[in-house]
This record gives sequence, structure tokens and C-alpha cells, in this order.
Amino acid sequence: MVRPGPTGEVGPVGVLALQGDFREHLSLLASLGVAAIPVRLPSQLEQVSALVVPGGESTTISLLLESSGLLGPLRERLRLGLPTLGTCAGMILLAEEVLDGRPDQHCLGAIDISVRRNAFGRQRESFEADLAVDGLRAPLHAVFIRAPVVERVGDGVEVLASVVLPDGGEKPVVCRQGNVLVCSFHPELAGDPRLHEAFLGLVPEKLSADKETAEKLSADKERPDKERPDKERPDKERTGNVRAL
Amino acid sequence: MTESDGQGSTTSSPRTTGTGMVKRGLATQLRGGVIMDVVTPEQAKVAEDAGAVAVMALERVPADIRRDGGVARMSDPALIEAIMAAVSVPVMAKARIGHYSEAKVLEALGVDYIDESEVLTPADDEHHIDKWRFTIPFVCGANDLGEALRRISEGAAMIRSKGEAGTGDVKEAVRHLRHILGDIRKIGQCESSELYSWAKELRAPVELVREIAETGELPVPLFCAGGIATPADAALVMEIGAQAVFVGSGIFKSTDPPRFARAIVEATTHYSDYSIVSKVSRGLGGAMRGEEAGSVATKLSERGW
Repeated sequence: MVRPGPTGEVGPVGVLALQGDFREHLSLLASLGVAAIPVRLPSQLEQVSALVVPGGESTTISLLLESSGLLGPLRERLRLGLPTLGTCAGMILLAEEVLDGRPDQHCLGAIDISVRRNAFGRQRESFEADLAVDGLRAPLHAVFIRAPVVERVGDGVEVLASVVLPDGGEKPVVCRQGNVLVCSFHPELAGDPRLHEAFLGLVPEKLSADKETAEKLSADKERPDKERPDKERPDKERTGNVRAL
Repeated sequence: MTESDGQGSTTSSPRTTGTGMVKRGLATQLRGGVIMDVVTPEQAKVAEDAGAVAVMALERVPADIRRDGGVARMSDPALIEAIMAAVSVPVMAKARIGHYSEAKVLEALGVDYIDESEVLTPADDEHHIDKWRFTIPFVCGANDLGEALRRISEGAAMIRSKGEAGTGDVKEAVRHLRHILGDIRKIGQCESSELYSWAKELRAPVELVREIAETGELPVPLFCAGGIATPADAALVMEIGAQAVFVGSGIFKSTDPPRFARAIVEATTHYSDYSIVSKVSRGLGGAMRGEEAGSVATKLSERGW
């Protein structure tokens, strides 16, 4: 859990606020008692110890990442192991590959998955459902809005939930690699904080910007199965039995 | 921490489409973005290239509807389908006020949002469409809070302040937005017994008025439309409290649509950072010529009730 101390040794959680439902993420994080700030510029990205990439229109956010000057610095932070949560468009942006994206769409490559946009169809096919997620005791109520799915998962990527598509195929919708967690739906809309809590559990309590820590995080990212002492969850009662996380 | 099998849980539980959450949910995803009017698949691509979060597919932009006169109706389904095929962002289309059947046609086409719009000639001078009977979400225009709440009570999942479409004059957009937000702020100061007279005055359900008193905002996202023609216009309405902007004639009636479109997108995101609004406004070329909203013969914003 991120607990910013009075001396500010741990930065706030950033929410990428170029476009989309960043406000919902900010208020959900606030309701969990976590300091969170919107990120629109590189100077704001520098302050954060973890990042949420929200839902929205992935093609628009991709363009704005470039023009705002965030693209390069964000790639670098992700390479050094910035703990990151991506929901819907956020999952698309963080993926290694977008199968049906625009040719100029940027892939941040923070998690080794290939995604397909609007996999369920248009808005008419958008839906709500209770979703069984590995590690959460009770199902999570999930809102899928013109949602993507994962078509390929690389080595070291853990699939935490899948759904059956209209064509009968089973596709992952929640994945984790190291401290990058993505889902193809909107936990920020349904108001169930458990996925955010699971994400915050991936954020080391004492995260400093020094090189040693950065390298350690980077190394851990390449070996996601390795247990890290700083991933211990102090608050299991409230967060539920998050076994895979 | 226990080990996972790495395959995850699979869900095939019942799915519910067309819920209020799903309808409002798409509007929520469009926040901070620009929805652009387009009349051809090529324009739709220009809009998407510039960063539009969605496009509004129609045969004529409001400025041309004004110029041409006559009855303005739903667009040709073939055009809407061609635009849907051209872009991957959500596509909206307009039905006439009260024209249930045009809206059902749009639903059958699979558009992502239906705009029950005063820009088209109204089909019913008493009733709006019962929007609860649709899986597709609706956006409706409003001049004031009462109109917004009546549309929400009929099932609208997004409200856009009307402004005066096709004029390129932002004044009416500002007036309607301020009117709606100002009343929301006043209701936020009320004690509970005063909410009933607000409901009476607004001609709106008291439950919705109470919800505003509790949350301090509309129950659905509030966007702004009607007269936005420059990046600074977009920044202005975002400053006032719009959550996203519709730009109709303002882009494709300018001298350089791709640049105007891109600049308005940037200004909408960075609306409170004036070094950026200033940078994107530089050397854009001519904005749409426009006409003063007060001098137009047909006030589109007076349609709807």
C-alpha cells in the first residue's frame, strides 16, 4: 500500500489525465485514502510512485501522450518498473501489441500481451457481468464498454480472469506481469475497489527514485514469479484474499 | 500469498446490456475529448487522425442545414455505415426530436450513441423519444437544468448544452452551460424542503433534483455543443465546467480542418494550461466565418421542451 509519509518519501499515485474517466480513478483512490494526482505533463509524472492509465479513447490518448511530451519519459519510467494499472483503453496502451490499432498508435509495451480493440462489438454489445477473478474471494462486478480482449499472452504474464466471447472463444480480460496489472473493463465505474487495492498491493511501501531501487524493480519485472518481501499485504481483511496478487 | 495456476478464472455468467451504467459508461469514457461532426468517411478519418474521441455522422453540418433550409432529417443509413466502417472510434448519429422510428433505424445500424437533436427538424412538438426503450444510449440537448432533467427522466445518458448550432458564436453555448451549472450550484445550497419547489419550477422529477442536491452534479455527463469554433472556445467551455465538447461546423468550415481539429483536441485536454492553448492556437488560419447567434433567423436552441 502506498502510504505517503510527511516527509514525502513516497510519491502519490498518478492518474494519466489526458482524456477519459481519470476522475473516477482519482476519486476511487481518494476513497481508499491514497494520495493521487492527475498527470498531464512530464513534471507531474516525475512525482508519482505508481500510475493508473484510465479508460477513454486509446487512439486519442496515444496522440496526446506524444504531443504532451509524456511518451518518452513514461516509456522510461515503465522500463524502470513503475507499478501501473491499466483499465480498458489503459490496457490497450500498456500492451506490447495492438492487433487492430491505428498504424500510428503507440504501444507502451509494459506488459507482454497482444490486444484486440472493441472485441465484443459496438456499444450495443457493451455489458455488465459478475466476473470471477483469481485471488478475489467474491466475483467482481465488471462494466465492459466497447471493451478489448487479450489475444496473446507472453511468458511471465499471469491471466487472472477470462470471459467467453460470443463466438465461443475464451479470452483473458485481467492480466498481470510483475507490478503491471491490466483489465479490459472499468473497475473505476462499478465502485468496487478490490482491483485497485490489489494494484496498490503491488506498489512497494518505500519506493525511492534512486538508481539501485530502479534497477531492482526492473530486474523483478523480468522475473515476475520471484517473491518480493515488499509485496506483503498488511491489510488482508479489507482487501480480501488476493492470492495471485 | 498462494500460487495461481496462471490460467485465471473463466466467467460465463449472465451479461446485461443497455443498462444505465453501460450507457453512461460510454459517455464517461468520452470525457475530456472532442466529438466532431463529419459528413463523409474522409472527414471521419481526418477527425480520427486529429484525436477525436468520437464522430457524429450526418449529411450536412448545422451551418449548411441553416443555409439550405427545408426539413432536416436523419442521414442516409448508407452514409452512416460508410463512416462507421472508416473509423474505429465511436460513431454517433442524429434522429429528429420525437422520431422514435428514426432512432430505431439508427439502433439497428449499430451506431454507438443517438443524438435526439434540435439541429434536425422536430417530428413531434409535444413528446421526446422514450429513450428507456433502447439499448443504445442517447444524448440530448438542453438550454437549462429543467430541460436537462426532463431528458434524463426520459432516459438520456448524456446531456449537451445546446448553444446555437451552426453559428460559430460561442455565446449561447456559454449561456446555456452557465445556466445549467449555476442552478446545480444553487440546488446544492438548498435545504431538503426547498427541493420540491425547485422540482416544480424546473418541471422535473424531485428525485433527480434531490440527486443533484446530494452529488452536486447532473446524474449523467454534461458536455457542451453549439458554436465552438476555436481552441480558446473549447478551453472556455471546459473552464466553465463542460466535461467534453462537440464541435460541429467549427472544424470543417475552417480553412485548415486537420489543424483546427488537432488544436481543439489539445486545448480541450490542456484547457487550464494557457501556454499550451496559446501554442496550439498559433497560425491556425481562418476559423469558420460564422454569424452572430442573436441575428440568425431560426433559433435551433428553441426547439425541444
